[in-house]
Amino acid sequence: MTMNNFKKTLREIARYPSAVVGAVVILVLIGVAIYTMITIPYQKAIDLWRGGEDVWYQNPKTVPPEWFNLFTSKKEPISFVINDKKGNLIRTVKTHSDGSSTITLTYKFDYKYDDFPQDIALYFNTKFLKKQPFASLVWITPDGRKIKVSNFAVPNQFTYRLSQDSVLQTKLNGVDPMIALFTDPKAKSTKNPVPVKGTYQLEITGIAWEKNSDISAEFVFQGQVAGLAGTDFYRRDLMVALLWGVPVALAFGLIASVGTTVLTMVIAAIGAWYGSWVDGLIQRITEVNLVLPFLPILIMIGTLFSRSIWVILGATVALSIFTGQIKAYRAIFMQVKETTYIEAAKAYGASNWRIITLYLIPRMIPTLIPSLVLSVPSFVFLEASLAVLGLGDPTLPTWGKIIDDAYNYGALYKGLYYWILEPAALLMITGLAFALLGFALDRIFNPRLREA
Amino acid sequence: MAVEVQAAPGVNKKATTSTFARVGRYTLTRLVTLFFTMMVGVYLTILIANMGGYVDQIMKAQIREETTMSMMNNKGFQKMSTDERSKLLEATITQEENRLGLNTPFMVRSFRYLGNALTLNLGYAQNMTSDSGSKQVRLIILGRLPATLLLMGTSELFLFFSTLFLALALSRHYASFWDKLTIALSPSSTVPPWLYGIFLILIFAALLRILPFGGLTDTPVPTNPFLYALSVLKHLALPGLSLILASFFLSIYNWRTFFLIYSSEDYVEMAKAKGLTARNIERRYILRPTLPTIITQFALLLISVWQGAIITETVFLWPGLGRTLYTAIGFYDTPVIVGTTIIYAYLLALTVFVLDFVYALVDPRVKVGE
Repeated sequence: MTMNNFKKTLREIARYPSAVVGAVVILVLIGVAIYTMITIPYQKAIDLWRGGEDVWYQNPKTVPPEWFNLFTSKKEPISFVINDKKGNLIRTVKTHSDGSSTITLTYKFDYKYDDFPQDIALYFNTKFLKKQPFASLVWITPDGRKIKVSNFAVPNQFTYRLSQDSVLQTKLNGVDPMIALFTDPKAKSTKNPVPVKGTYQLEITGIAWEKNSDISAEFVFQGQVAGLAGTDFYRRDLMVALLWGVPVALAFGLIASVGTTVLTMVIAAIGAWYGSWVDGLIQRITEVNLVLPFLPILIMIGTLFSRSIWVILGATVALSIFTGQIKAYRAIFMQVKETTYIEAAKAYGASNWRIITLYLIPRMIPTLIPSLVLSVPSFVFLEASLAVLGLGDPTLPTWGKIIDDAYNYGALYKGLYYWILEPAALLMITGLAFALLGFALDRIFNPRLREA
Repeated sequence: MAVEVQAAPGVNKKATTSTFARVGRYTLTRLVTLFFTMMVGVYLTILIANMGGYVDQIMKAQIREETTMSMMNNKGFQKMSTDERSKLLEATITQEENRLGLNTPFMVRSFRYLGNALTLNLGYAQNMTSDSGSKQVRLIILGRLPATLLLMGTSELFLFFSTLFLALALSRHYASFWDKLTIALSPSSTVPPWLYGIFLILIFAALLRILPFGGLTDTPVPTNPFLYALSVLKHLALPGLSLILASFFLSIYNWRTFFLIYSSEDYVEMAKAKGLTARNIERRYILRPTLPTIITQFALLLISVWQGAIITETVFLWPGLGRTLYTAIGFYDTPVIVGTTIIYAYLLALTVFVLDFVYALVDPRVKVGE
């Protein structure tokens, strides 16, 4: 295609608003894919996605994204942490004459939400030789009430979860600590408890018995919303998989589509050009392939052999070459083969290969480009489909795997709609973008009766 | 039957005999090619379903593990001497391996599978059972067939006829608002049914709570036949709708384009010029020449019903054939996999074979074997 032709095509595309929308969405997706691969490199993404509690302990479980608050009148608490580097933490140390010291840690935060948090956890980190430091926790509400939360000796690494302290719950008249700590006991309505807004404090008074002993703790507030995409059952930030789903989906869709279309065309051209047994063989393979069950074979490969995305990609391309498309291409090649310019090429002594690549295949570009773009979504959805069947690549975070996780967890039954909607919407947008562009290209390159 | 169609006006007796010969020769070659194609296809499926014999090793390892585990839990076994124990263990493992036919080399077995498949001797499943508890592959497949036929049958038939007639109507109103709307909506068909299914479940089951999330009937299953039918219908609504949504607009668009190409033929213009009514033109000059394509599509639709919809059935927990095939793959149950494949292959081959003759029947321009 010359430069002029290319410009003409672009102008043609601009005439179709749907194609422009499709093209813009595809460009944005490509941009996001590049951004993702730079900011979260492959290995980091895998480490994050396979990471457990140690990586994701700061997140609540299965909560929607923070921006949900923009659309609801009831504001849900946002997750946050207070530690040495972040948030309002005041630390005082008083050393006594016997070498012991009293360390107070005061965590202060503003609470202006209409709901209660999922959990509050303290991740202790202590230093001592023989005797474990002792900590007592006091909760101070905005209206100045002081509630003794708990006190205990703190081992080296220790996690204390307020919601799981049954002693505390008993002390709070059997009410869930996450509710009781945030409500006014004098409030009348116990059915629909409302949190008291204002500045809360948690005060840890620690006693370190030894000289070099120390006590520190990270205050983790697990709210009801977190991050830009929410979290899943393993507390993972869904954003990692949503972002990484973009390059995976695009790569799978584009490689499979280009591979299939180009190989189909080359093989059809070879068959049409050489004729005789070569053509016959290609026809027979195509017929056999029609008998093979496509999706079940991919499932077999995924279940029995390998779930690697590259293996599945290879199998997909191999099974997609010998389909009805090869017959359609062959029919066109058979016509082109009889044209005079091919005869001229033969007359000047062009080789078979030269005729196939320089004269036959270029004639197919108008048919090729739309069908290439149009076949991208089917491959994107195929990859997701396999993931939904539990056959997604074991290491890569993808959209299909989020849907699979969410489905297995019963996200729709439990009302965790964001979990399924985010990947499903992205899949839909990606598929439709390629479809919109492909349909318009088809009308531009093959203007028969397609236009209204 | 096809022969009579061949007899163009003015054909003498000699020509008819040669037509017989030609059709006969064609029928034979076609049958042989189709049978061979099918055989290769099914054999390849057998090879893939066993990963060329690799699955044998998986199964052997599994048998060893399961047998060892169950023996370990046996009190009597623990009292035996080490020698006795390993002897009994090996004997039990061998027995189980023989039961599954693992003592015969895979290559031999693969041809036995093929032979049984081609003679439609579907045999017994290795691990799966039908709902009634039988291990016969035939019963397993038959048990799941009604659910698939119901889901795929209703949605595919509805799709076929509704899109065909809507397209015919649209082709009469070329470039109208509805025509443009259909074209604009046709990209929606790239989205697969299961994805529509998820959105439909979200809206109708999770948010509105008017239709069930999945399954075939309510639990407990209603005993009253009317209530039972109502319950099935309620469960059918969402999977059926997602299958329809996923091809509706593209299907109309394709049929409409197809009819438009035929309605711009010269003989249609001629008929219009003659002053024939629109109905007449449609029936005689548009539908008649497009009939072979319509029949092909219909035949392919009928056999596609057989395959079920694996992922849609999974999303809706619909107990159909697609779901069974998926379970069979998970159980390495070759007889069940081969069973479903061979029936599809036979149906496909038969359809392709019959279609050649049907073309000749409905379209006088087509001659069998030429």
